[in-house]
Amino acid sequence: MGMDYLLKLAKEDEALKDKNTAHLTINLNKVVSKNIVPGLHIDTEETEDGVNVHLAVERGVVIEKKVHLCFGITHEKALQKIVMDVDVGKNAKIFILSHCIFPKAIDIKHIMDAKIRIGEGASYTYEEKHIHSMEGWIEVYPKASVELDKKARFKTTFELIHGRVGKLDIDYSVVGKEESVMDLMSKVSGRGNDEIKIKEEGNLIGKKARGVLTSRVAVRENARAEVYNVMRATAPYARGHVDCKEIIQDNGIATAIPIVEVKHPKAHITHEAAIGSVDTKQLETLMSRGLSEEEAVDLIIEGLLG
Amino acid sequence: MGILETKNLTLNLNGRKLLDNISINFWKGHIHAIVGPNGAGKSTLAYTIMGLDGYRGIDGDIIFERESIKNMSIFERARKGITLAWQEPARYEGLSIKKFIMASAKEKGIGEVRDALMKVGLNPDEYMDRALDKTLSGGERKKIELASILSMKPKFVMLDEPDSGIDVASLEKIFDGIRLLKNYGSTVVLITHSLTVMRQAEHGFLICGGKLVEKGGIDKIYPYFEKECLPCEHKNIPELGD
Repeated sequence: MGMDYLLKLAKEDEALKDKNTAHLTINLNKVVSKNIVPGLHIDTEETEDGVNVHLAVERGVVIEKKVHLCFGITHEKALQKIVMDVDVGKNAKIFILSHCIFPKAIDIKHIMDAKIRIGEGASYTYEEKHIHSMEGWIEVYPKASVELDKKARFKTTFELIHGRVGKLDIDYSVVGKEESVMDLMSKVSGRGNDEIKIKEEGNLIGKKARGVLTSRVAVRENARAEVYNVMRATAPYARGHVDCKEIIQDNGIATAIPIVEVKHPKAHITHEAAIGSVDTKQLETLMSRGLSEEEAVDLIIEGLLG
Repeated sequence: MGILETKNLTLNLNGRKLLDNISINFWKGHIHAIVGPNGAGKSTLAYTIMGLDGYRGIDGDIIFERESIKNMSIFERARKGITLAWQEPARYEGLSIKKFIMASAKEKGIGEVRDALMKVGLNPDEYMDRALDKTLSGGERKKIELASILSMKPKFVMLDEPDSGIDVASLEKIFDGIRLLKNYGSTVVLITHSLTVMRQAEHGFLICGGKLVEKGGIDKIYPYFEKECLPCEHKNIPELGD
């Protein structure tokens, strides 16, 4: 099984043939292929257990097409450490679609450690989708530290809804200066003995900075989830919101700890958290259309995480 | 000919008698109205026939196509062709309207979804990919629920307060849908206290205090309800059971 197979799994194979679409594909600690477009720089350094990546977008450059990153491991047992260093220049714009594919995992550890600086008025969107095997054990440690300059925008979505989670430990921290916008979303579906930990922290330090932290988690069988969402506001007219929803089935256990901290009288943060089984009316409506309870629960969770 | 019959149906919940010895025979392919003031037990009767959680411990029986369904689950009843539209339809975060309707549809295809949405006056291009969530008004969700029922083509459908949250201009679309269900051969039960909705029915059953008070053609029930029930100050507080 090679990288071509992984790319097909991620439905990325067609996009990567396009010369006007930038991409980077990595299998374990080897850069398999790379394509860049004007204004985008991707430098890589292969290490013993992964790859160091420096990605930069030149000042004022708008990358029109989504940039595709593909991190895969075709081995059954391995450690992959990706160290990302990202610079998005002033008023630049980039959208990255990242796939992490581990279809044959028996004992895999994937570590992502990113430092991201988004310049004044720049926009950085990062969508990360994981495709895991249904068997075996995978440990995923996505860590990111993000700095948003004035009027910068950062939007990220982390999605792990296909295959087993294994152990997931997300640790994101974002600092937003004046009029910046941060929007972080996590969608995870766990089952078996999966362990999910999500820690997202937003710091609104600039006047009129805004931020939303959203988590959507489903745990079934014996899976466990802990969600720590922290939003702090220390500047006037900063606005933040924390929104966590977790569905539990079977013997699943879910915890949500939203922390909101406001240190300026003209700042405002709200939060909402809901943990529990599937809503009875939602369930009974679908069952009254002929779906079994299991089919109805699957459809409700698919909607929530989809 | 009857399709569904309640036989001496009695429901006690938390020590209160919510339904008291109700026997009704619904005629196949006809439109019926269960009428009565607020709290009379109309929705309770519908929930009991559907077998919702908390409405299962009944005395008496419910016969559908000559078979007792009292011990069947909701989806077993639904797979036999029985369904219910709620007064306040459920919201689903992230679930597309297309998937919601397709889950009910007899023939699972996009064409079926588009067709059902058009029948309730909603533009499929505008609505199919939207989520069935809080961004929709109550009236829109009501129409989408009716669309899902039209695509299901049920044998027996109960519509709880089909006009609630619906503006006057859209009400005719709801009534078109009810007539369409009849054309499909569905038996329709309208749960209502609205005189406008009542007029869509052929037969009426008047419930008060969990008891069946009167039954007959809608020409008989309509004036009775208007004259006797609307001005009545009787409070529908269920009696403590035996």
